[in-house]
Amino acid sequence: MASPPKIPEQIKRLSVVIAVIVAGVVALRYFILPSSLFDTRFHRESTVQREVAKNIAFAGAMICGNCHVDQAAKKASGYHKTLSCEGCHGAAQTHIENPSAKPATPKGRELCVSCHTYDASRPTGFPQVNPVLHNPVKACVTCHNPHDPVPLETPRECSACHAQIANIKTVSPHALIGCASCHSVPVKHKITPRSVRPTKPDTREFCGKCHGKDSGRTDAPKIDLATHGERFLCWECHYPHRPERM
Amino acid sequence: MLGVPLSAPAREDVTEIMDRRNFLKNAVVFISAAGLFRRFLGNAEASPTNGPYNPAKHLYGMGIDIDKCIGCGLCVEACKTENNVPKEPFFCRTWVERYVIKKDGTVAVESIEAQKGKPKSRPEDGDIVRSFFVPKLCNQCENPPCVQVCPVGATFRTEDGVVLVDSKRCIGCRYCIQACPYGARYLHPETRTADKCTFCYHRVVKGLLPACVEVCPTQARIFGDLKSMASRLVRFTRINKLHVLKPHLNTEPKVYYADLDGEVR
Repeated sequence: MASPPKIPEQIKRLSVVIAVIVAGVVALRYFILPSSLFDTRFHRESTVQREVAKNIAFAGAMICGNCHVDQAAKKASGYHKTLSCEGCHGAAQTHIENPSAKPATPKGRELCVSCHTYDASRPTGFPQVNPVLHNPVKACVTCHNPHDPVPLETPRECSACHAQIANIKTVSPHALIGCASCHSVPVKHKITPRSVRPTKPDTREFCGKCHGKDSGRTDAPKIDLATHGERFLCWECHYPHRPERM
Repeated sequence: MLGVPLSAPAREDVTEIMDRRNFLKNAVVFISAAGLFRRFLGNAEASPTNGPYNPAKHLYGMGIDIDKCIGCGLCVEACKTENNVPKEPFFCRTWVERYVIKKDGTVAVESIEAQKGKPKSRPEDGDIVRSFFVPKLCNQCENPPCVQVCPVGATFRTEDGVVLVDSKRCIGCRYCIQACPYGARYLHPETRTADKCTFCYHRVVKGLLPACVEVCPTQARIFGDLKSMASRLVRFTRINKLHVLKPHLNTEPKVYYADLDGEVR
């Protein structure tokens, strides 16, 4: 009863046909067709050639300085020395081929703030400003030279940093006395304010020039230096930016 | 040289139908001539570009200094200008990701290029543990998955280590876009073929830097030849602690990141 299942005749014939087709394809692919037909070198080669033939848009940083000597020299020593000219001015290969086609000269605030806006993800120490508060409306180039940008090195007045003192002093009897009358300010204080500090009057006689009994000034309160607080400098008791009338 | 004119019989001889013998003679001559011609082409193939450039002497790679990237996006724009990439944010050969690791442990990743046009949202200082930018591009893998999956062999790795796409063979099936673990490929909407970073192959074979490296204001991207000890990239690999993206995939990328955070995927 348990005879092996008989393979139907049509299946046998079909499998012969399939075997012949498979064998034919294999023979065609590996024995009849030349292997060079499947060689990828030629179309890869043409791809590389097409790729190499593509147009260049950015001329490269080295070439700009050949003509723009001054700007290149200025930029080379400044904080922007690592910037490529074309980073700000845009792709300039067309300008190399045809010098009358001028590259862009960005003058507004848009380009500068794309790097210099404060952003928490930016590396610490990278110069950043809040463009809403930092001299709004004015173009950056009015104060900073983009080819050699520096923080404006000299605050025009001491009040740029010492606003609190300045505000107090304006309503005090000392309002008309300039800061430099009492403090000598080294130039470096404006660059590294914490490491180089201005001087303070270090003698009692300095204040005595106006407030001493023998001074010629009529509008200043007078004291006798010999008897008044002899162990102390004047500003150790009297705040000189708003001296009280006692 | 061939003895038999290759052109078809002239019109007035049409009645004189080419017999089998003539056909075979022509065929033998033509095929052998074609074989010679291809042999000649094969020899010329040794130097792919006309001139002294020899790809066997170069192996290109890129270094990326995470601590220098300020996320300005100049590289993305320069790449689009140089390589005719569509200006829409979705298409890019290179892009910059912002990683924000917050105090509650969540990690937010966004492409700063995708924000182009609308005001950039900047993370609030208070919530952040650390935050940084990661420029990304094709890693030009030594074992590129995209090359493996291409059904028509349209993408391949050149001898100097750059993965290129043959836009004439590409059928736009997007297998490679799916296969790339770094998401570095996109389908060009005009040509309908896959497109990707080529390290600006047309520039580097002429001794220029890739456009993104050219414009990077902080030199966060360093391009060079791994086979030249004098290249900036080799110096970069000497003096930095390097990492690559997804090393477990064994793709052997040639884009090296210095000081890469563990959260970067």
